[in-house]
Amino acid sequence: MKKKNSPWANVYLALILILLYLPILVVVLFSFNSNPGRTANFQFEGFSLQWYEALFNPASGYGGPLMTSVTIAVWSVLLSAILGTLGAIGLVRRPVKKSILGRAGNAALSLGEQVAVLPIMIPELILGIALMALFTLMKLPFGMITLVLSHVVFCVPYIFITVRGRLSSLDPGLEEAARDLGATPLKVLTTITLPLAMPAVVSGCLLAFAMSMDDFVISFFVNGPQTNTLPLKIYSSVKVGVPPHVNALCTLMLAAVFMIVGLSQLWQARTQKRLKRDEKQAARARAMSAN
Amino acid sequence: MAKAALGRHQTSRQPMALPMVLYAALFVGLSLLYIIGLSLMTRGADFTAGAPYGLHNYERIVSPLYLRSLLQSLRLAFFTALFCLALGYPFAYFMAKASSRARTWLMMLLIVPFWTNALIRIYGWKILLSTTGPLNQMFLSLGLIEKPIRMLYTDFAVQVGMIYAMIPFMVLPVYSAVERMDWAMVEASRDLGASPFRAFLTVTLPMTLPGVLAGLVLTFIPSIGLFFISDLLGGSNTMLWGNMVHNELLKSRDLPFASALSVVLLTLTGLVILVYRRMGGKADSMVF
Repeated sequence: MKKKNSPWANVYLALILILLYLPILVVVLFSFNSNPGRTANFQFEGFSLQWYEALFNPASGYGGPLMTSVTIAVWSVLLSAILGTLGAIGLVRRPVKKSILGRAGNAALSLGEQVAVLPIMIPELILGIALMALFTLMKLPFGMITLVLSHVVFCVPYIFITVRGRLSSLDPGLEEAARDLGATPLKVLTTITLPLAMPAVVSGCLLAFAMSMDDFVISFFVNGPQTNTLPLKIYSSVKVGVPPHVNALCTLMLAAVFMIVGLSQLWQARTQKRLKRDEKQAARARAMSAN
Repeated sequence: MAKAALGRHQTSRQPMALPMVLYAALFVGLSLLYIIGLSLMTRGADFTAGAPYGLHNYERIVSPLYLRSLLQSLRLAFFTALFCLALGYPFAYFMAKASSRARTWLMMLLIVPFWTNALIRIYGWKILLSTTGPLNQMFLSLGLIEKPIRMLYTDFAVQVGMIYAMIPFMVLPVYSAVERMDWAMVEASRDLGASPFRAFLTVTLPMTLPGVLAGLVLTFIPSIGLFFISDLLGGSNTMLWGNMVHNELLKSRDLPFASALSVVLLTLTGLVILVYRRMGGKADSMVF
């Protein structure tokens, strides 16, 4: 049994949330400031959309970086989804091997698995420098290709771990049954394993997409002279001062995230409701057949 | 018998992991080995490295300048992890005890700032903490202070920004540990006469320890390497390890020396992860 929270607990929850949202609220508030002068970030004078106009002015130069970020995120997530999902299917259940070669192979795969999830455990700075050094050694020109290759490195673990978690919770009997009924391994994969893994693939991809769009540190080291991602652009505008149109940009990005999270919550609540309804119907059907 | 059947059918799937394993071997394994190698070389002209080989880069690190920076970074990371635990544990605990509807809302409110760009969140603090900013104005009008206090571009600002950026990484693993916990155990200890405090200390805390450990690792490690928070909020004397590496690479363009600094950070990270593993931690607790 869980005891309910005391009023003090609720006060604490609210207090921390206020602290979490304080800097965000300031940004949203000042994005609508009509004060055009040097004090635009400190003195609120009235409502205006001037900073949004400034942001959407092509001269502000945010359109290109946004497109670059989206392109990189889409390619990275696509490639990582393939690598990570296949990796999870291959590694989720490993048969015990008796031969020396088989055991060596198993050990190599375990090591490979550990190396593959390393990017989420070590500081991004190290990975950024290591990748930069490697690309220099390989004489790859810095730009889109190096950015996508690097983003795949840190996107794969998110997809791999979520999909492996889902697969290991599945009943292996499902695949066994399909095999025993004569399905080819490929058929089992496409009709049993992949559909069951899909929810995890999707949620892993969403997480990876957010990580790719948000990444600053690694992109900072592997970007080229011609490529500029959105976080890099924000960094260069925020580094020197506090330009007010960044407030408008931040507000828009926040609104987008809120919408996505809100929709996914709504969708989840709906599926749960449907599940409950189905369960009720099943129970009723059982009760009727028992009669 | 079931086991034999499992083995028969699963064998052919292992090669499917090869693309991922090879990709990681090249871009993670090889690149990390390469910077270890680079750290033993000497810088050449135009971003190259070569002979003579030796430990000279590491000898250069053993100097007051770098040791002070390392100490400063470790202290900052330590306090970040500590404050995240102190503020985040109660939050996660109360969140897990809330009604399921409230939990959905709290989770969403917690995740949204975490899904927005880290730079944006830090930017908000830049406005808040500035000398003419809202915080100072509020303190002034309340009569708490007589003239504005300098908060931006200080170590205090960096510490605040760090805790702020890292706190979700503490709340999420602790929350999932508290949520999975068997409340009957707590109840049993209470029935057997333990005070609420004692029940928490001897039952709840040990049962949620895996989440706490994951949270500590997840907040400590990134704090050593994050250079942009001190870059944006810190003063000229805030020289964290991350800033050192960043400067060596982009201002001095000394790849071997920057590699040596990274290898030190990598070793520290390795030690922390080793301790975490020894205490029974898993990598999986780090993804939610």
